[in-house]
Formats: sequence, C-alpha cells, structure tokens
Amino acid sequence: MNRRKFLIGGATAAGALIVGYAFWPSRRLARADLLAAKPGERFVASWIKIANDGTITVVVPHCDMGTGIFTSLSQMAAEELDADWTKVHAETAPADPLFANGPLAEGFALEQVNINADSIPGSLRGAATNSLRVLAEYLDVQTTGGSSAVRFTGVYGMRVAGAAVREMLVKAAAAQMNAPVREFRTEASRVIHVPTGKSLAYGELAAAAAQYTPSSHPKMKPPSEFKFIGKPMRRLDIPAKVNGSTRYGIDTQFADMYYAAIRISPVFGGKLVSADDAPIAHSRGVKKVVRFDDAVVVVADRLWRARNAVDALQPVFDNAGNENISSKTIRSAHLAALNSGKVKKDRTAGDGADALKNRTIVERLYNVPYLAHAPMEPPNATALYKQDGTLEVWSGTQDGLGSRAFCAKVAGLSLEKVAFHLLPSGGGFGRRLPGFWNFLTYAVKTSMAVPGVPVKLIFTREQEMQHDFYRPNVTSRFKATVSSDGMPVAWINDYTTDEDPNPEAHIFYTVPNQAYGTAKVAAYVPTGPWRSVEASWHGFFVESFVDELANEANKDPLEYRRALLQGKPRHLATLNLAAEKAGWGTPLPPGRGRGIAIFECFGTIVAHVAEVEVSDAGAVKVRRFTSAADCGMAVNPDGFRAQVESAVIFGLSAALYGEITIEHGAVVQQNFTDYEVVRLAETPDIDVHIHESDAALGGAGEPGIPPVAPAVANAIFAATGVRIRELPIKNHPLGVSARHS
Amino acid sequence: MNVNGVVHDLDIEPDAPLLWVIRDELNLTGTKFGCGIAACGACTVHVNGKATRSCVVPVGSVADAQITTIEGLGAGTPTPVQQAWIDHQVPQCGYCQSGMIMAVSALLATNPAPTDDELAAAITNICRCGTFPRIRSAVRDLATRKAAGGLG
Repeated sequence: MNRRKFLIGGATAAGALIVGYAFWPSRRLARADLLAAKPGERFVASWIKIANDGTITVVVPHCDMGTGIFTSLSQMAAEELDADWTKVHAETAPADPLFANGPLAEGFALEQVNINADSIPGSLRGAATNSLRVLAEYLDVQTTGGSSAVRFTGVYGMRVAGAAVREMLVKAAAAQMNAPVREFRTEASRVIHVPTGKSLAYGELAAAAAQYTPSSHPKMKPPSEFKFIGKPMRRLDIPAKVNGSTRYGIDTQFADMYYAAIRISPVFGGKLVSADDAPIAHSRGVKKVVRFDDAVVVVADRLWRARNAVDALQPVFDNAGNENISSKTIRSAHLAALNSGKVKKDRTAGDGADALKNRTIVERLYNVPYLAHAPMEPPNATALYKQDGTLEVWSGTQDGLGSRAFCAKVAGLSLEKVAFHLLPSGGGFGRRLPGFWNFLTYAVKTSMAVPGVPVKLIFTREQEMQHDFYRPNVTSRFKATVSSDGMPVAWINDYTTDEDPNPEAHIFYTVPNQAYGTAKVAAYVPTGPWRSVEASWHGFFVESFVDELANEANKDPLEYRRALLQGKPRHLATLNLAAEKAGWGTPLPPGRGRGIAIFECFGTIVAHVAEVEVSDAGAVKVRRFTSAADCGMAVNPDGFRAQVESAVIFGLSAALYGEITIEHGAVVQQNFTDYEVVRLAETPDIDVHIHESDAALGGAGEPGIPPVAPAVANAIFAATGVRIRELPIKNHPLGVSARHS
Repeated sequence: MNVNGVVHDLDIEPDAPLLWVIRDELNLTGTKFGCGIAACGACTVHVNGKATRSCVVPVGSVADAQITTIEGLGAGTPTPVQQAWIDHQVPQCGYCQSGMIMAVSALLATNPAPTDDELAAAITNICRCGTFPRIRSAVRDLATRKAAGGLG
C-alpha cells in the first residue's frame, strides 16, 4: 500500500472494522515505562502516565506544529479520566513502534469505508482489536495531517484511554478500601467512596491501577457531563512560547557541534557538475565538503562559516534538459491535456455530460498557481552518526516514527540502530509530512560524512523557497447548462492532476446531472500536500463557478446557494449563520462588495463572507471576514476559532499574493520579498461563529482554507464587476479603467 | 558584548551575524531564524532598547551596545506584553512570537497606546499561522489598560 495514500488520501479498510483503542498488554506497558516514564511515574494504559504526585501526562503521538492539538487531546483524555486539569501535562510520544498511532489508522480506515464508529456493535468493539495498531506500526504511523488529531486520535484513542484508566483507578481504590466498585465515583483526580466520603488521590492509586488490564470498551461520558470537552481551555503550550523557552528542531544544540549549509540544483532534476574546493581550502572553520548527485554541502564549525563557504564554492549544475520549462509551458501543457480528448472519466451522476446536449452551455476556465508552504521555521535537522554505527536525529516533522524509519532507510540501517527525536516545529502546513523530507536525507547523509560529531543542516529561506514540494498548479474547466429558472441541470468539471482523481471536486450541491474527469499532466515541479490539499483548489473553482452561475441567473449568490442546498441542513445552517452575522444584503459604501463561499472537508463545513474594498486605482483591501463553521462539536472552541482565523490569514496570503513561478526550469521566488504574505496591516477583522451539530467531530486546522479565496474573489466581483478566474489576485488590474462598463 | 546584562568576551569575526552569535555562541535559542534578510522579524532583539532584526547586524557593530533577547525580558515573570499574549491566547506554532513580542515591547515603550494603524505600520513581522487578529486584540487591551492607569 502506498504510504502517503494511506495517510493523506484515506486508508483502505484492511479488513478490520473493530473499534476501540488498542490497549497494551503488561509487557508493552513495561516497555513504555522504560522508554518514556520518569522516576515516580508510570503508564497506566496507552497514552496516559500518572506520577506519584498526581501529575497526569498525556503522551501525544503527533507533532506540535501550532494547531493546539496537545491541549485538545489532553482535554479529551482528562475528560474521561475526571482529572484535575491543573495537573495535566502533554508531551510528545517517543518515535517508537510502541507508540504508533493505531487510533489514527483506525480513523482513516473508517473514513474510507464511510462508517461511523458509533454504528459498530459493541460486541465487535472490544475483541482483540490490535490489527489496526499492527498496521500503524507496520506503516510507522505517527503522522500529523489530514486534520485528524482530534477526530481520530482523540475520539478513538484519548477518550477511550482516559475512560479505561479511570476504571482501573476505581478498581484499585475498591480493592484498597475493600468495597464494591459501584460505590465509587471520581472527581478532580480523586476516587471517592460515596457512602463514607473517603477518597484516594490518583497519584496514590496509579501504581496499583497499572496492574489491571484496561478495558477495550470502557464506559464513556455523555456530552451532558462534559467538563473539559467543549470548553475554551487555555493552551498548555503557550506559556513556553512567549518566553522563548520552547525548543524547536532548529534549537538542537551541542557543544562543539557542526553546521551545514546546502546548495541544491536550482533546476529540478539538475545534477552537480563541479564545485571547486580551492577558494575555501583555508577558510576558517570549514571541515568538509559533501557532494550529492544534485547538491553540495559545506560543513563547518559555525553556521555562517558554512554558508559563506558554500557561496564561495560556486557550484555548477547541469540543467538535465529542463532549462526551457517555464510557467508558460506548463500552462500550455495543462490546456493541451484538457483539450486532448484523453480526459479520464471519474464520477458520473444522472446523465452526466449527455445532459449538455442541445442546451446553452456556460463554460469557464480557472487556474491556481504553485504555492510554497513557507513555514516560519525553515526545514532543518540535526544528525549524529556515531562511531558505533548508530544514528541519532533531531527535527520537527509531521511524523516522528515515520521520520525514524525514513532516516534508517537513508542511512541503510535497521530501525533499532536509529533514534529520532521529534521536536515542535515552527509551522508545518504539509511541508513536513512523510514523502517530503529532503532536509532529512541531506542531513543524515551529511552526518555520515562527519562521524562522531552532531551536524545541524538548516535550509536558508532561499533554498527552501526553491526546494519545497509545492501546492500543485491546477487548471479546471466547468461546463454547465441551466433550466429556465437559472438553476444548474448539468455540471461537468474536468481538471488537471498529477495524481489520482480528487473526491474534493465532487459538489455537495443538488444538481441532477454531473460528470467529472481528470487530465493527467506531467509532474515536473515536485508537488505535495498544502494545508487542505485538494480542497484548497477545488474550493476556489467550485465556489467561483457557482457564483458565476448565480450571476448568469441574475440571482443573489446567497439565495442561489440556498436553493442548491435543500436537504443539506448542516450546510444550509452554516451558510445562513455566516450570512446573518455578516449582515448580508445590508448596504455598503461604493467600492465595497461582499462575497460568500462555503466548502466542506475533513468533516467540517466552513462558510466565509468576505467584505472587500477596491479603490479606484485598483488597490484591494479585505476589511472583514465573517466565518461560520460546523465541526460537530468544537473540543476547544477558542482553539477552533484560532484555527479558522489562521486559515483566513493563510488563505488570504495565497489568494492575494501567493504564486511560485517557473522560469528556465527553476523557481523564480527567493524569499518573503518576492513571495509576499499577509501581515498585520492587511489583516481584516475576523469573526468566527461555531454552529454546533450532532455530527461526528470534524477537523479544525484545514477546513477554513478552501472558501477563503472564492469569498474574496466573489466580493471583488460584487465590488467591481471583474471576475477573478486565476489566482493570485495581485496579478489582475482592478482599477476603474480595467472594469467592465 | 553585553547581552541581557551579561558581558561576553567572544573571539569571533566582526562580520558574523548577531543572530547566530546569540543563538550558537551564547546558546540563547529563543531568537529565531526566519529569512536571513531582515524581511520577517523572527530574529528581532533590542539593541539599546530599539527593535532590531539581528540576522543582518554584524556582531562587530554592536560590540558596545546593550542587547536584550526574549530570554532577557521579565526576569522570570511574564512582562505585561507576555501576559497579554497568554490572556489572548496569541501563539500557535509560536516560532515568530519571540520576535513579535520584542518588536511590540519596543513599540509600547515609546508609544504605550498605539492605534491599530500605528501598530500595523510599526509591526511588520511575519506570522504564517496568522495570529495577527489576536496580536491586535492583545495590544488594544494593553493600550486600554495603560490609558486607564492599570499598568505600571
């Protein structure tokens, strides 16, 4: 099975549909203690440690890249555990197969076969459910992506583990007090004997509790009893992030360590031809020049010395025949693929494309550019290849265990000979997911050239801008026919892809005849998942085209969408909430317009209303964003709002400015000076409203992204009459002279 | 050089960037590398009280200056700015926040109650997580409390 498909695209069910977290037998518990328990502390069940002093540590099989999941997952464990919140901590799970994320594998598997865990009979839930944990181990799964932490790890892992540990603590108390289990209740990290009022602290009971076998289907709380889930708990990680004490991957420091600077072939596929050492032969602190097929690295005792030296090397690369590839040639190839007649059919509903016959067709073409992730912490890793043939690596990635396995493969070592320390990362957005670890490859191989000394390799911003795995450039063509009332009868959508068809293209609007097709294009530019992945482009395409159809029908874009969402109460309620809070339909001063867009991905529906002002000279100012979201229930409402705010800003950077262009086979952009992003001055007021529903928990990190760009583009249309069909917006003249009469 | 009140004697090239001297010679890793060209502000420190992007400052040019890094703020307890960052739950990944807090602290030292426009003009640091709405709320809160005499 393709690992990335499994993780990002969804899992195959693997024949296992049994729900319940995979609890550890005592043998595994002892190993977990050995790996990750401090003195006076022990694991009571998977993911949860309790110390003698009552400290509860939730061990999280994810990375902290800023979305607040360490807190949300701790809330979920603490809820079922009836913990004293002031004693709850969270830490990163070791990159060890023992801590492979079985619940995550389970969640993706269930999503793939579209089964809600609650619908599985209890008799199936408990019985020997290790198969998915084994699968997670086999695939080295500790991934953070797919907006999956809360809805999978939290639902299938942390809540169940918390409930199981609570039961074990009660059993231990009952044995100690020699009273039946039913006479006990729990509160604030104490087990209380109801008839006598006597109580024991979790810390006192933990060692005895760990001796019991955890139930695989413990009793869970109904939402009406929640104390922590659904409450805006303060994030556990924030105090260390305001005083500089959080140690990110880049902060890995050792006395007398080395630093590495890299220069990779600017043209994709280019090979290193030469790099003359002579100019740096006597440079202070330079230790080694390491040559790769497509790159050269200089190792020195100080980072700036390494960087100065790699500049002085003036490496020469060949172009591998790619020097004529440019954004223009890529664009032509897209159009040729769409027009080739070789479009591969994906899904069809109703009469599909046949419904276009003998009717007037509305046809539109859209495009989104390549985008860089540009996380604030440039990719980096510190690696130490020891004299005894073992390897130790420190880095912030979106998968600790996967990184360990990857480093082992790069080094040609067995997993046991490699240690990987997963550290918080300064933003991820998909850049640090499995499959996109060029920084690990170079760091590990460099360390093997300087055995015995830890070496830290940090991409410069320029190297990162030029050697990311970019959000793909995608072109999408729509054809629609409409009935006499202007509503769509047929919806035909063909788009380019360098991978498989995207389910995210399939609309949730009610249109009787639909057909989707993909035109395969060569993947010259390395591409990868970018916050919300396929939804990031289909959101723009679909929500722009719906807006155009509304305009063709002379209908209000909100009313038009409402008409297409009958029978979709969650979507309708989310749309209405955003519109109502934004004051949709109330008058605006001249030069301003509102745009609306709605999209669903990762189990969450988000609608945005953008209010935009366009000056007579064409300057765009996004003044206000009003957002509504249905993620079922927000585990941490304040954290959820923060993720939607974050998505608005990240999405605005992409919509307004984001563009990676190719000239002569290489990326043109170098740094934040030519890859502009939104700053404080361009930040609109953002109001986020949560629409609670009884739907399963949805994701938080990504779903806010897809409707951002279309909301802004639709608002610009409302303000100016100019329709943006290609991003970014900065490339379009919007001044009075450029507008339609 | 004097960093956070401690004098250090360093044998280093005068053109070494201040950022890397702070991080790798003094092991003060709270100050971050983001762009290397003073475009993002992640490396902001105070040089004689002024917010300065340390990635482009040659260490030789600040040999006689008083330098403060994020580790030098607050002497163990959060400053009002840091506390406002906690109260408004500003950080996400947190990587840019040292620079953000240093830049905002320097601004508030000279203009304790900036308007939104003054704030936006002065703080051009980049945050890819998009914490700007909360930064704005936190600073508005600090400005209001300052105006009401609530802060020392």
